[in-house]
Amino acid sequence: MERLTPVEPLIELDGVSKWFGAFQVLRDVHLRVAEGERIVICGPSGSGKSTLIRCINRLEEHQEGRVVFAGRELGADTADLTEVRREIGMVFQEFNLFPHLTVLENCMLGPVRVLGMTPADARERAMEFLGRVRIPEQARKHPAQLSGGQQQRAAIARSLCMRPRVMLFDEPTSALDPVMIKEVLDVMNDLAQSGMTMIVVTHEMGFARTVADRVAYMDEGSIVECLPPDRFFANPADERTKRFLSQIL
Amino acid sequence: MIPGSRRARLGWVDAAVLSAVVVALGYVFHRVDAVLEYRWDWSAIPNSLYRWDEETGRWVPNLLMQGFFTTIRLAILSMVPAALFGAVFGVLRTAGRLFPRLLSRTYVELIRNIPPLVFIFIFYFFISSQIMPILGVEDFVRGASPATLRSLELVFGPAALIPNVISGVICLAMFQGAYMTEIVRAGIQSVPKTQTEAGLSIGLSRWELWRRVILPQALRRVIPPLAGQFITLVKDSSILSLISIQELTFLAMETAVSTTRVFEVWISVAGLYFCLCYLLSLAFDRLERNAAAARA
Ligand SMILES: Nc1ncnc2c1ncn2[C@@H]1O[C@H](COP(=O)(O)OP(=O)(O)OP(=O)(O)O)[C@@H](O)[C@H]1O
Ligand SMILES: [Mg+2]
Repeated sequence: MERLTPVEPLIELDGVSKWFGAFQVLRDVHLRVAEGERIVICGPSGSGKSTLIRCINRLEEHQEGRVVFAGRELGADTADLTEVRREIGMVFQEFNLFPHLTVLENCMLGPVRVLGMTPADARERAMEFLGRVRIPEQARKHPAQLSGGQQQRAAIARSLCMRPRVMLFDEPTSALDPVMIKEVLDVMNDLAQSGMTMIVVTHEMGFARTVADRVAYMDEGSIVECLPPDRFFANPADERTKRFLSQIL
Repeated sequence: MIPGSRRARLGWVDAAVLSAVVVALGYVFHRVDAVLEYRWDWSAIPNSLYRWDEETGRWVPNLLMQGFFTTIRLAILSMVPAALFGAVFGVLRTAGRLFPRLLSRTYVELIRNIPPLVFIFIFYFFISSQIMPILGVEDFVRGASPATLRSLELVFGPAALIPNVISGVICLAMFQGAYMTEIVRAGIQSVPKTQTEAGLSIGLSRWELWRRVILPQALRRVIPPLAGQFITLVKDSSILSLISIQELTFLAMETAVSTTRVFEVWISVAGLYFCLCYLLSLAFDRLERNAAAARA
């Protein structure tokens, strides 16, 4: 059943620790993610899930251990972080679209300004991904004119336009109504089908069951448990995971 | 909003307020009339605005209108450097490095915590004795060709007063720039940090992030308060009268003395300031509404 662990993982967290002042948010976290793998991270509020995935594109700086993306270690002396960040897509709980730009312009900004594409090529690519997230008809609108579900899908398209090697999701459906949650999860399912490497912080256990290769449970800054979904849900080893699952299922 | 819904009919509260205002005004006029025994005489005013010039046979602006035009010039001329100071120091104020932040903070705090009048007395002395000779404005004006001089006069007013006007402009700009700095800082800081995070995660460089994400959003929030500050600038230009810049308030003092019609002159001057500032605020309102409509 177990996947073969490739020689070189796409993402490697090796003994990562982080403090906010005196408060330790991450405690000696180890995680290896192979190309094409899909990881779901869950755990109680404040357990450090957001902080963990934000360390992967260095929106947060870790203090101990190593964060390695595609063979490049991220640290204070990483020469060009933008080189790394363009290959890592990130989707936020609150969408964080650029409100002064249309949906299309949101999607074109990175390709034009970071990848140096011509506006015509960038527009074509943006329309392609807006089609994939099923909102091509919203391209000319501003984010404020869209529903929450549409905004989140636009944000996903904006990330995909950079053709990233991995997509990070931080509770992408937590700010949404049930109907919209389904729209967004459908898009994420499609994305998983296409073979995208994904790390998803979510409490949508249905999604974890069907899509994830491994489910990680975090508590107080550590990854307590990281198992394939069938084993994670059937017989978790740790007491805390059991308690969490009994609350959430 | 439905057209006409804003023009609500007068309720009894409005009526009560209105009659209270009328009564209060009536009382003030009564006091002035009966108790103060002031004899109103407005006849000197028109002539202080415009006078008939025998030599050229034309109506020319007299002191009050000359001052009015100088005030408008001062306002327009100092707006540009004031906005520039505001933009530069405002951006520095949000910089990551300590030194630029400290520099800009010092500028703002220095000006905000000294009365404008005192600042202007000190600063004017410094400008007129140190900076103006360095700039060589006086020599430049004296040596200018008639054609240059004509365009200079168009911008700065009468040639003899150009150094005077420039000193005034620098003072006003320094002083107003501090307030604009704070407006710009607030505008930049009002753009949520999550916008920065979103920009960084698609790989934007610091400069592109600033240029494409933060600045456009900050600008939108900064324009209305900056317009308000511009109107304040127009009104505050009156303190330049105390360093003998020949703008409206300065020339009004002269006119009040020479005509001995103190109230009439100052009320007329108040009217001139009011018209100017009110027109400006109407214009800014309109601009803003158009911009909002264009956005929607
Ligand atoms: N910038 C910060 N400064 C100080 N403490 C912080 C900061 N950001 C997060 N924390 C703290 O770190 C802990 C972990 O935060 P984090 O956002 O990673 O948790 P989370 O697991 O994502 O929780 P949630 O499910 O509520 O999103 C929390 O206790 C939080 O209060
Ligand atoms: Mg979180």
